Formats: sequence, C-alpha cells, structure tokens
Amino acid sequence: MQYLANPTRFLKLANAVLPYIWVITIGLFAVGLYGALFTAPPDYQQGETVRIMFVHVPAAWMALFVYSTMALASAIALIFRHPLADAAAKVAAPIGAVFCFLSLATGSLWGKPMWGAWWVWDARLTSMFVLMLLYLGYMAIWAAIDEPHRAAMIARIVALVGFINVPIVKFSVDWWNSLHQPASVFRMGGPTIDKSMLWPLLVMGLAYTFLFVALHLVSIRAEIAARKIRQIHISEIGDR
Amino acid sequence: MKLILALIRRDLVLSYRQGGGAGSALGFFLAVVVLLPIGIGPDQQLLARIAPGALWISLLLSVLLSADRIYQQDYEDGSLDIMTMGPVPFEMVALAKSVAHWLSTSLPLAIAAPLLGFLLNLDPATILPLGIAMMLGSIALSLLASIGAAVTVGLRRGGLLVSILVLPLYVPVLIFGLSASQGPASGPEIATAALLILTAITLVSLVVSPLASAAALRSYLK
Repeated sequence: MQYLANPTRFLKLANAVLPYIWVITIGLFAVGLYGALFTAPPDYQQGETVRIMFVHVPAAWMALFVYSTMALASAIALIFRHPLADAAAKVAAPIGAVFCFLSLATGSLWGKPMWGAWWVWDARLTSMFVLMLLYLGYMAIWAAIDEPHRAAMIARIVALVGFINVPIVKFSVDWWNSLHQPASVFRMGGPTIDKSMLWPLLVMGLAYTFLFVALHLVSIRAEIAARKIRQIHISEIGDR
Repeated sequence: MKLILALIRRDLVLSYRQGGGAGSALGFFLAVVVLLPIGIGPDQQLLARIAPGALWISLLLSVLLSADRIYQQDYEDGSLDIMTMGPVPFEMVALAKSVAHWLSTSLPLAIAAPLLGFLLNLDPATILPLGIAMMLGSIALSLLASIGAAVTVGLRRGGLLVSILVLPLYVPVLIFGLSASQGPASGPEIATAALLILTAITLVSLVVSPLASAAALRSYLK
C-alpha cells in the first residue's frame, strides 16, 4: 500500500493494468448478458421480467460495495495519511451514486409489474434511498469546501459516519418483514436461487465489479491530473 | 468534570440570555403544527392518524434549524480555538456543547410536542409513549445535529448542507421513534422493542458524535 503512495508509481501500474481490466470487463459482460438474456429460463411466476434481476441485483451490490470502498479509503486516509486514498474515496462517490440510482431505477421498473407500484416505502427501498442521499451529501461536501486539504478531512468523517447505513441496507430484508425478497445468494446455508439463474447473476456481478475497478482507476488518474493542473496554476500565479 | 459542567452552564446561559434559543425553536415548531391542519384540512380522524408522525417531523426540522448555533458563534469569535488548548479533551467539549444544545432546544421541544398534540387531535393514550420516545430520541437528534454543525462550521452557506448530511442519519430515529410512540396502536411488544432500539441508536450516537464532531472542528481550526 505504501508502495502505491507515489502517484507516478500508481499511474504506471494503473496504465499497465487498465487495458486488461477493460478487456475482462467487456468479456464478462458479453458472457453475463448472454447468460442473462438467452440461456437463463424465465421464472415460473414472474415470467420474462425476472431478467431485470441481472441488471438490478449487481447494481445494488455495487452501490454497497462502492460505499464500503469509499469508507475503507477514508479510514486509510485518516489512519495512514495515504495521499491517494482521499482521491480514491472522492472519485468513487459519483460512480457509486450512479450504481445506486441504477438499482433504484431498475427496481422501480421491476416493482411496477410485480408489486403493482413504482415505489413502496419498505425497509430495503428506504435504506437504499438513504444511501443515495449519503452519496449526494458526500459529493456536496467536496463541492462546498474550496480548500482541498480541509475538504478531504471533512469528507473522511462524513463517509465514515455514513457507513453505519451499509449494514442496515444489507440486513434490512432480514430484520423487517419486507415486500422486497430476502437475500438469496449471499446467505448462511448457501444460495437458494437455481443454478441456471445463479451463474449469469454471479458473472454479471463480477462484470460490474470489474467495470467499477476500471472506472475507478480512470477517475483516480483524472483526479491526479486535476491536482497537477491545480499545482501548475498556483505556481504560475506565484511566478507573476 | 467541573469544567465540563461549566461549559454546559456557559452555553445554557448564552442561549438563554441571547434569546432565539429554545424560544424561537418552539415558535417554529408551533408554526409548523398550526400550518399542517390548514394544509391537510381539518378532518379530525385523519389528523389523529398522522399526529405522531407530524409531531416527529416538526421536531426533526426544529432541531435541524437550530443546529448551526451549536458551534457557529464560538467558531467565529475564537472561543473554540481557546477550548482546544484547554485542559478539557476536545471531544468532551463537543459533547458538552451537544448536551447544552439538547437541554436548551431539543428537550423543551420534546416536552412541549405531546402537549401540542392536542392541536392535532392526538389520541390521549399515545401522549405518554410519545413523550418518552421523543425525550430519548431528542438526545440522538442533538448529537447527530452536532456532527452536521461541526462539519459545516466554516462554510458560509452551510445551512442547507447540514440538512442533506444530517437528515439521512435522522431516518432511523424517525422510524423507531414513531413505532415507539404508537404504543396502543401497534401493541406493547413492538413499542418496547422500538424503544430499546431507539436507546441503542442514542448510545451509539453518544459515542460517535463527540469523536466525529471534534475531528471535524479540529480540521477547521488548524
């Protein structure tokens, strides 16, 4: 971890692995989408609409995963003063917010034919919505504070306090009786979902993860470039 | 301990003598409660059903509106700088200020709210559970407001940002506070369980809030 603290070294590594990650991402999406749209059977109850799951569920996983990444990066920044951790946390937020929005939107589209309503206020949906608000609040902090060092300090605290919500989202379907179905993949005693649907779902989950890694690396690279530009501007002003 | 009490007393005296503390928060609360039946219509049964929720939301908003006063003045006139150098750990300073905010604003509101429930045709049987839940919950509300206030203390337009940051944290308090207040309607077991969870939320925020607030304030004071 300390090895990557040097932005130049990090950039070198990121540039080297990025093409491979993009190729893996595209490959996984191709396999996952084929599995999801063609080989997976329609559900005996839900019919073809079950295919929304292959977009919806991984997006929801990623929304939680990205927030956890953000909180972890914030903790690393707070404890080790790792110079890139703040940048990693900062650029993860918009990506996570998009995943969060995607899961809310596809969930809404799925909910209309299945539950008869676009939106219901039950525990899973509400806590997911709160997660969306946390993402927005975190981004608002970065936008509102001009001085980057102070913004980083404050953003770490906001990210870590908001992390309390992540386990609430994960277990909301177990703690409350909810309209949303309970966990059927990552649960004690193994998945309850049928194999023909499970493998495309897991492949899609992996594809989303690699997509996030790729987008994250690109954004960190952009953030480092933005910092350099800022430094150049400041030194130009100093030269005058 | 003596110093912490002195800090709390100082804040209480300041908020009492300056005016605009508990008084204006109560005024805001009253205004919301009066506006609500006008907006919804004076249907007594409907009002009785939504009364606990309406009171809780008014409480959240009033506490949130008064949140920026927790640190703002002391930050601007430099008192906080001096407090960082004092013998009291800065986390305890933050805790003392949150406690003072609770005593001066949230607690009076929590006591007044069930009584204002008469305006909304609140079921008399829910007055006691509502009062207990609100008193417990208001501690958590003040502590969480303290995090929001500390995080935005140096910003010129921090007011709206506080709402975006703190309202998501208020959601669990609202959910469990509400189900604890509806004792007769939902049955005693559920109300007790909700009250216990509300206590747990309060205890967790009691630990998290001073740490987070102090860390945020420090980064502004540097």
